[in-house]
Amino acid sequence: MDLPVLNSNQESAATSGGCAAHSCGSTDDQLGHLPEHIRAKVHNHPCYSEQAHHYFARMHVAVAPACNIQCHYCNRKYDCSNESRPGVVSEVLTPDQAVKKVMAVAANIPQMTVLGIAGPGDPLANPERTFATFRELTEKAPDIKLCVSTNGLALPESVEELSKANIDHVTITINCVDPDIGAKIYPWVFWKNKRIMGREGAAILIEQQQKGLEMLTARGILVKVNSVMIPGVNDEHLVEVSKVVKAKGAFLHNVMPLIAEPEHGTFYGLMGQPSPSHDELQKLQDACAGDMNMMRHCRQCRADAVGLLGEDRGQEFTLDKIEDMEIDYAVAMVKRAEVHAQIAKELEEKDKAKAASAEIKAKLVAIEGASRLTPHALRPVLMAVATKGGGVINQHFGHASEFLIYEASPSGVRFIGHRKTMPYCEGGATCGDGESALDVTIRELAGCEVVLCSKVGYEPWQPLEAAGIQPNGEHAMEPIEDAVLAVYEEMRAAGKLAPKSATAQKVA
Amino acid sequence: MALEIIESCVNCYACEPLCPNDAIYQASPHFLIDPDKCTECLGDFDDAQCASICPIEGAILDETGVALNLPGSLTGISTEMLAKYQAAVEATYQAALAAKTA
Ligand code: SF4
Ligand code: SF4
Ligand code: SF4
Repeated sequence: MDLPVLNSNQESAATSGGCAAHSCGSTDDQLGHLPEHIRAKVHNHPCYSEQAHHYFARMHVAVAPACNIQCHYCNRKYDCSNESRPGVVSEVLTPDQAVKKVMAVAANIPQMTVLGIAGPGDPLANPERTFATFRELTEKAPDIKLCVSTNGLALPESVEELSKANIDHVTITINCVDPDIGAKIYPWVFWKNKRIMGREGAAILIEQQQKGLEMLTARGILVKVNSVMIPGVNDEHLVEVSKVVKAKGAFLHNVMPLIAEPEHGTFYGLMGQPSPSHDELQKLQDACAGDMNMMRHCRQCRADAVGLLGEDRGQEFTLDKIEDMEIDYAVAMVKRAEVHAQIAKELEEKDKAKAASAEIKAKLVAIEGASRLTPHALRPVLMAVATKGGGVINQHFGHASEFLIYEASPSGVRFIGHRKTMPYCEGGATCGDGESALDVTIRELAGCEVVLCSKVGYEPWQPLEAAGIQPNGEHAMEPIEDAVLAVYEEMRAAGKLAPKSATAQKVA
Repeated sequence: MALEIIESCVNCYACEPLCPNDAIYQASPHFLIDPDKCTECLGDFDDAQCASICPIEGAILDETGVALNLPGSLTGISTEMLAKYQAAVEATYQAALAAKTA
């Protein structure tokens, strides 16, 4: 379960619309596996490059309200759950309004490089509205990359039109390749002027998704595949899905957790269908990884988000405000190009700095070599990090509304995901069920042994330790990966990295 | 002979472009069907198009006032399943509407 408390859900949906640091990016290591032409494409994409995520921004516009299928995790009163957390309602814009808004944002936030249409329904079930938006932007703002997400049903018939627009990549949500499993996820699809129920409908959907995927990759359009992990329904099956979509050329497979709460009024929510635990999700993501590039950063942003680094600046660009803005896009484009060049330079410098820190990694590889000689190999450790972005540890424990989770092991540091909580300092008032904000955080951080933050108060210290999570404020303002490695190295030196079974675990 | 859209419509636009007679139009607070134009799709399609894509059970009625999509027929959610959480479901929706942004 990703969202422990209803209030915190709405809160986070309303305030953290923009992806936070690292949110949609993938680690450099993951990019390293990609062929050169794809790497070049995703290089400054805020959703795929962890580096770029701190510098570039993306936005979504809600122009596509209709959908042509039903998913059991979706309540059609809300935005598409494939692309947004459930429980969000976006105001629908006309294509004209959307174009105006995008250009206003692009002129005022030059870092905005990607525009996505992700709902609030299925963009390709609203071809006129979606393509009108894309066509106009391709013409008027050629320096903006476009992306689109779809359930895939109408994908094959849209490929031609998509290839005409300045489309950067397409995301298809594929939850299964087996119609028997599909029948448990999709109660119906609307196909050739009829509503087709059950297995038959699911079979059509699967066929169209696969066909669309093949057609896109054949044309060299990047395809990312999203899957919703539904325990007991498609969890084991997703390993197979991963293989299939990879064979067909998808460049990323992103497994997301099902979010099912009864109050959202979805079939799964009301049925009591369980969501995966952090641990189950991570295991499946690992099982699907293989040599496939997995993306763990996606936060299922709301369909109308605007901003950079965890901010949502949507309020600056409401319809009445953009109505009054005079945008000279030719001028804006010059400024944008300057800003982009400046960022490219900064990124290059960062790359150089990275090479230097590779030395520490080399040291760990050496440790691994040594550990092979000892009876117990070093075990991996999960650490939670509080950050406001910028790739450094710069947030107070009590102010964090989410933690980034990293795994340190002898082979290095990797980003695992993010876990939402409620800021401990604002707790109390928003908590029900007698659970304090600290309790929620401790529960959400289950499995982590260290929490790195810029500062941590006296009060939460003891309960965290009692839960087996060591608070650590000693690495404030340090780059995350370096600090995680340093702490891992300290733990090794202190003899704390013997396999878990051999160590007595502190229990709360 | 005409269908009718009622207040449970969530304004998803799905039906509007499908109507062979351009009978469906956007209105406030929800989409409407012009009864003079609607033919219930007779002669054009086997099934009424609007009622075949509409995701909301009960949002479209026939001329005798009976819903074309009965409770549970599209989502699998029966009234019994919903009963226990009805208040929470409604409260969540109202809160989401209040937080709606462009
Ligand atoms: S594709 Fe999106 S909008 Fe359509 S039913 Fe599924 S989750 Fe909902
Ligand atoms: S039944 Fe057919 S003709 Fe009547 S409104 Fe619906 S789509 Fe249009
Ligand atoms: S499809 Fe149903 S919910 Fe959507 S606009 Fe038409 S009547 Fe309303």
